[in-house]
Amino acid sequence: MSDKILYSYTGIFDTPDEIIRAAEKTSEHGYKKYDVHTPYPLHGMNKAMKLPPSKLGYVALVVGLSGALAALLTMFWMSAVDYPIIIGGKPFFSFPAYVPVMFEVTVLSASIATVLTMLFIFFKLPNNAHPLHDTPYMKKVSSDKYGISIQAEDEKFNEEDVKQFLAELGAKEITPIYYDNEEINHKHKILEPKFIGFLLFTALLTSGVSYFVLNKLLFMPPFDWMMEQEKLNPQSASAVFSDGFGMRKPVEGTIARGHIPYSFHGQPEAAEANLINPLPVTKDVIDLGQKKYDTFCSPCHGYYGEGDSRLQGQFPNPPSLHSEKVRNWKDGRIYHIITDGQNVMPSYASQITSEERWAIVHYIRVLERALNAKESDLK
Amino acid sequence: MSSTHQIEYQKKELPNKLKTIGLVLFIVGLLGVIISYLTDSSRSAFNNIIMLTFLTSVGLSSLFLVTIEYVAGAVWSTPFRRIPEILSSVLLVLPILLVPLLFKLGDIFHWMHPEVVEADKILKGKAPYLNVNFFMIRVIVFMLLWILFYLLITRTSKKQDITFDQSLTKKNIKLSAVFIPIFGITISFFAFDWLMSLEPHWFSTIFGIYYFSGSILAGFAAVTFIVVLLNENGYLVKGLTNDHYYSLGAFMFAFTNFWAYIAFSQFLLIWYANLPEETFWFLQRWEGSWVYYSIGLIFVRFVIPYFGLLSQPSKMDPKRLKIMSVWILFAHWYDLYWLAMPNYNKDGVLFSWIELAFPILTVGIVILLFVQLSKKNNLIAIGDPKLKRGIDFRL
Repeated sequence: MSDKILYSYTGIFDTPDEIIRAAEKTSEHGYKKYDVHTPYPLHGMNKAMKLPPSKLGYVALVVGLSGALAALLTMFWMSAVDYPIIIGGKPFFSFPAYVPVMFEVTVLSASIATVLTMLFIFFKLPNNAHPLHDTPYMKKVSSDKYGISIQAEDEKFNEEDVKQFLAELGAKEITPIYYDNEEINHKHKILEPKFIGFLLFTALLTSGVSYFVLNKLLFMPPFDWMMEQEKLNPQSASAVFSDGFGMRKPVEGTIARGHIPYSFHGQPEAAEANLINPLPVTKDVIDLGQKKYDTFCSPCHGYYGEGDSRLQGQFPNPPSLHSEKVRNWKDGRIYHIITDGQNVMPSYASQITSEERWAIVHYIRVLERALNAKESDLK
Repeated sequence: MSSTHQIEYQKKELPNKLKTIGLVLFIVGLLGVIISYLTDSSRSAFNNIIMLTFLTSVGLSSLFLVTIEYVAGAVWSTPFRRIPEILSSVLLVLPILLVPLLFKLGDIFHWMHPEVVEADKILKGKAPYLNVNFFMIRVIVFMLLWILFYLLITRTSKKQDITFDQSLTKKNIKLSAVFIPIFGITISFFAFDWLMSLEPHWFSTIFGIYYFSGSILAGFAAVTFIVVLLNENGYLVKGLTNDHYYSLGAFMFAFTNFWAYIAFSQFLLIWYANLPEETFWFLQRWEGSWVYYSIGLIFVRFVIPYFGLLSQPSKMDPKRLKIMSVWILFAHWYDLYWLAMPNYNKDGVLFSWIELAFPILTVGIVILLFVQLSKKNNLIAIGDPKLKRGIDFRL
């Protein structure tokens, strides 16, 4: 027994009240290096042990503020210096937009820093050896008992005194705890070579696997099936066709679905003679015509077809639609002009469907009639 | 179970000095308010709105804290629950504060003029909600509801002081559960009615929560200040510790953050979308000297309380808590001024004796009410079954 080195004396208590009183007495007695072990956190223990407030908060504050600053600088550099893009008409450096991100980064960096500091600085993580491990004492205090352990390192430590002190507190099972042989020679290092090796190995493994999967594996058969498909690509060469092109022209006379070709391009007279308005004059048709006229025609022709453009002279005003010439045109002629364009007026075939064009023609007739009403209209 | 009869509590009368202070403030404030109404009535009406909304904040959120305690079954606040109960008596004064405003409604709310509404497409669309009759109905119904619940809840609580009947707690839990949703709805619409409709073209759906967050903060600050002050001078039950103080401080800290979160959310969305029908409200507060006032709001309402209450010891330090709670109450007034006053004077911040008379009257009213009600009541809910556990509360 004498060849072993004493770590601490431990005592067991049955209730939380007892352990809190014991902790109070111990700190009052002047012991500094002692610890209390309970199966769960006990309210009021900090006070009983006279522990100073944790320093962890300062780590969170400093790292959190650095995180906020780093996020701010990153966003400033990205969006105002390196690659300025106007977003939503805002200035390149628009602080309000950065606030949410700064907040997130603050929380993230502060919490990660807190956890890592706690694990590596306070809990001395790579070091997983402790004299209290694997002792009957630890088994009890991690299930249903409360224990106190006064360390031999303490200045006031004296084996007999401590035994007596613990007995006076009412502790049961007062037992000494000795160092294991390895623990005596063990020194706590954050940069434990084995641990660093393990971290390096993990980092290399994960990054290596990711690199291999994303840059190599996906291009190897049979994993390249997305890229290498058995089909003809439009812009690549093909041996199947005699001209060597992969892309083909449609067969002569092919018509796209829902499309009727216009056969009077450049022939207004022929269009006037051959085309008849297929739509009946109903309220729905006139309404459709009005809607399309107001949308597409009225900017230049005016809402009433008088050529009173609201483009403020930025585009030449067209002549009135109420002239005798236009009134005497047949429907086909007007349809032709909408389809083909005339003078500076461009073709509207791509914006307005064939049926809508015919509806517009009806609506133009309505406008004309409104300004040149016949006697009979009044009856 | 420990018996409630073990609690050591000797009811002590509040010093007469306090009553004198309250009376002096009340008279000075009242005279100031009367003279200000005679000199500049519309400016006074705007200040009156700030006073009304401020006292509603304190009274209503105090009652809310009481009900939250009941519903959540919280014990830490039971030893000083009487303080918010007494504070919520402010609700009884609200109808009186409303009276001078009734004569000036037309000057304050321009949506109350039918010819203005008729000429304005937006106001016409809002007319089903923003019209004089419905407005008055809302005002009356809200105030009646608040006073009703105040009377019901405090009556039950006072009865328990005498009868020690545990079932009264159950009864109050039920009342509280009914009150909380009513509180949520009424406080939002109260904010829409009295603060947002000062600028009837503007709208912000988060506005109710904005006022709510500031109100809860003001309620906590008022309760904290009174609890710390009374406890230091031994008017409360023995055994209140740093753990109780910490909880109060932590709540003030949390709601400071919550207010900042809500205020920033409102600003960010409007700033990002950049729609003229929303941004003009902020632009008004960016004109003339208002710009310094608006930037000041960030510091007064958020930065200073945030760093003042950030560290753990500062939440337990009675001196710090007193300073910060008074500061937060000031910040709430500052915030309400920021919401209301730019509608009266668009050019810049106005400050003179008129702006001082109303806060003085407000403080006078609260002190007088508190002194008066604490004469009749215990300052501790001695009959509450949770009291002992509340005193034993440790973090």
